[in-house]
Amino acid sequence: MSKQRIVVVGNGMVGHKFIDSIINDESVDYEVITFSEESRLAYDRVQLSYFFSGKSAADLALTDESYYQENGINFVLNDKVVELDFVNKQVITASGRIEAYDKLVLATGSFPFVPPIPGNDQEHCHVYRTIDDLEAITESGESSKVGVVIGGGLLGLEAGNALVNLGLDTHIVEFAPRLMAVQLDEGGGALLRRKIEDLGVKVHTEKATSEIVAGEFCRYRMNFADGSFLETDTIIFSAGIRPQDELARSSGLTIGDRGGIVIDNHCQTSVEDVYAIGECALWDNFIFGLVAPGYQMAKVAAAHIKGDTSLAFTGADMSTKLKLLGVDVASIGEVHGQTPGAQSYTYNDEIEQVYKRLTVSADGKKVIGAVLVGDVDAYGSLLQLKLNDMDLPENPSVLILPNVGDGQATGLGVDALPDTAAICSCFDVTKGDIKEAVAAGCTSMSALKDSTKAATGCGGCSALAKQVLDSELANLGFEVKNDICEHFAYSRQQLADIIRVKKIKTFSALLSECGSGLGCEICKPAVANILASYWNDHVLEEAHVGLQDTNDNYLGNMQKDGTYSVVPRIPGGEITPDGLIVIGQIAKEFDLYTKITGGARVDLFGAQLHELPIIWKKLVDAGFETGHAYGKSLRTVKSCVGSTWCRYGVKNSIGFAIDIENRYKGLRSPHKVKFGVSGCTRECAEAQGKDFGLIATDNGWNLFFGGNGGMRPRHGDLFASDLTDELVQTYVDRIYMFYIRTADRLQRTSVWLENLEGGIEYLREVIIDDKLNIAAELESEMAENIKNYQCEWKTTIEDPEKMKRFKHYINSEAKDNSLQFKTERAQRFPIKNAASNKIGFVEIAE
Amino acid sequence: MTTQLTKQLDKQLDKQWTTICQLDDLTPNAGTCAQFKNQQVAIFMCSHTEQVYAVSNFDPIGEAHVLSRGLMGSTEDISYVASPLYKQRFNLATGECLDAPEHVLKTFDIRVEKSQIQLKEAS
Repeated sequence: MSKQRIVVVGNGMVGHKFIDSIINDESVDYEVITFSEESRLAYDRVQLSYFFSGKSAADLALTDESYYQENGINFVLNDKVVELDFVNKQVITASGRIEAYDKLVLATGSFPFVPPIPGNDQEHCHVYRTIDDLEAITESGESSKVGVVIGGGLLGLEAGNALVNLGLDTHIVEFAPRLMAVQLDEGGGALLRRKIEDLGVKVHTEKATSEIVAGEFCRYRMNFADGSFLETDTIIFSAGIRPQDELARSSGLTIGDRGGIVIDNHCQTSVEDVYAIGECALWDNFIFGLVAPGYQMAKVAAAHIKGDTSLAFTGADMSTKLKLLGVDVASIGEVHGQTPGAQSYTYNDEIEQVYKRLTVSADGKKVIGAVLVGDVDAYGSLLQLKLNDMDLPENPSVLILPNVGDGQATGLGVDALPDTAAICSCFDVTKGDIKEAVAAGCTSMSALKDSTKAATGCGGCSALAKQVLDSELANLGFEVKNDICEHFAYSRQQLADIIRVKKIKTFSALLSECGSGLGCEICKPAVANILASYWNDHVLEEAHVGLQDTNDNYLGNMQKDGTYSVVPRIPGGEITPDGLIVIGQIAKEFDLYTKITGGARVDLFGAQLHELPIIWKKLVDAGFETGHAYGKSLRTVKSCVGSTWCRYGVKNSIGFAIDIENRYKGLRSPHKVKFGVSGCTRECAEAQGKDFGLIATDNGWNLFFGGNGGMRPRHGDLFASDLTDELVQTYVDRIYMFYIRTADRLQRTSVWLENLEGGIEYLREVIIDDKLNIAAELESEMAENIKNYQCEWKTTIEDPEKMKRFKHYINSEAKDNSLQFKTERAQRFPIKNAASNKIGFVEIAE
Repeated sequence: MTTQLTKQLDKQLDKQWTTICQLDDLTPNAGTCAQFKNQQVAIFMCSHTEQVYAVSNFDPIGEAHVLSRGLMGSTEDISYVASPLYKQRFNLATGECLDAPEHVLKTFDIRVEKSQIQLKEAS
């Protein structure tokens, strides 16, 4: 008997998955031919939006021609199958090609639904489905200012993100009263809307577009049924998908009332030897618009063709977790309250913008559904409870309440999961599979990914997979390590103790004392930082050079084009007119982009390596010092003028701020440290948002600790009140050094404080009551450090050896002329040079 | 006869080596950028293993000539440089990106000859 011949119509993600499972099944040998009407073989449509963040068509590809060729898969691109002849068992394409089959698999997918609105077929009206669509959208974007997405569902928000990335003024128009109406309830939809609007995207709900006509201010005007209108240059339709069933329909296969090729539990259609899988297939009157169920169908169909009827498709979970426009959103199970007797728990934090709703069964024992917006940490636990039909804990509300107090995660322990629990739905990896892999020697996430493929699809399960891995390792008696990296079996704090106690002065010495290998980008800067904290050597001593991130190595922050920023210290933000003039003159001479920072100083951008010492020589000569903007160290002390000028000031906050900045400047710590000093309780210096905050009162200083801005803003905790200048200095010396000694690498004071057992109370016992009897030691370490202060730039420009490193080429005086700039608002900005790996040289004229 | 021929061949091959700088000019365990045949080359010297490496200075991910300013490190037996821009690691011996294998740096042949660092196009 000759080889069985399988024809696969459609080479999307699911079609490819089917072919891949045939290739990987060594027990069968079929002849396979696949057709695609697109010009490309299968690519990852789930990651399509990454096309806008720089991924190319090749990056998104799931396969390539050589892989198919090597495995004997015939493929035909750009040719559409137009007829299925079930009698003679053959397919006919648009170009007239005829191919016979023994088994036929339809994986024709779906197409975007474009509502029948007059004017919907104009040049800059698009859909969001293929790479070609995205290329057309990009092209339209170049001639557009405003863009509209019609449809506020999952894909519509992705399309909205694309328009934002293209720099368009973006609007989302939705017919329903809320965004993501299928997956979210009212509260979740409302918060998602608020978060998206905070990003500058305008959301219009309950709008039905009646026509698209020529616009007055933009290319088009969309008139809505309620009489209002919106003008736009580009439109993307994202009003849902429809199964691509035309071919099946015209060939006489049974089609559902609202479309879709009807299939049974083995993905068989109404005609023998013909299968349908993915978004074109209708199972139990339901179309599955997600990739994971499509993959399941592909496996089931492949098994059935082989004669294995044990596998069956019996529906799929439609839960989703994703990031839309930077907002975390998740939906599990049934969320619209259609289950009789269901009750729900809701957690709604309008300040932190978090919404969670958990719906449980009438008896309170099972999860019915959940909506999570803004914080989706609970997704893994809730999904597992639902999928495995597990009993809820006694008080289910803990599953959605934020972690408070002891910081113990209140989720569900992974140990409680059954082995059948699906951890990775993209690759169908269960907890049992992970356990097996661990038992077979996988002890790291990367090994686990290699062996099981878990967390390599959408990546949504990586946190859960890591938890299962850790718990399995622990169960098998492995110690789950808190090591800084593979080169040192110690935490940062342990390394700091070793360095302090053994008086280790170099990385090499530490490596031979207690490490292995050569070090890496994790341990080297961390050790350099600890060495600098304790011994305050110049960071460019030869022994330290190879340890530093480039920022520390060249004493400036590297920018996206490889140039550096120059930031002189301006203590307390106080600067003389002459000082300002010097900075201005230097910026002008070197054409540096100039900006006033939030830390009350001046940043100069765009300095090349060879210019840095020349610029700094001029600054140092004019009396400036390095601002350490590049280091994990003291940054700025923000201040108001206080009692010197202000009518309300009760203490001299600016004078005190300058003293503080000069005291702690240059001190390296696990992360950057900022201070604020306010001259009265009006708090104009925003001191409570800094690591250390001082606010003057009639009775002295109130000291706040542990504040920060950034991604997760936090106000500092009041550490002590009514302190004298001297006492402030003593306490800050001790807290600062205690933090340096014990914090983790890159741990801000806020996180350190939150993780400190006993919290601020304990900190007071250590610092004020000297419970550990280390106060004197901390103070003397700080004094030693202050004594060793040097302006790193001053030392550098005075040392010819150190200066050697500040040229672009070791063997030429040429400068790096691959850099390109554009001018905007009368200043210079970098631009990317597409051909920048091919460069020419310009000698610097002597 | 044969030895003479080999010598001659060696000499010709030698000609392709370009001297860049003295070994002493390199900073141990850190990178240095050199100009070589109209290209920017990042040279690295590891003082623990006494190995030298040469790869293109262009970071294909961050799209800037910066790799000589990255940190050197090792994982298992592979020596690498981590880009100073977005931290992707590149195998110094093969140029392969450990974090995004679709990117491979051009590598160059490098040797230390009489305390001089010499480069030539990879053979």
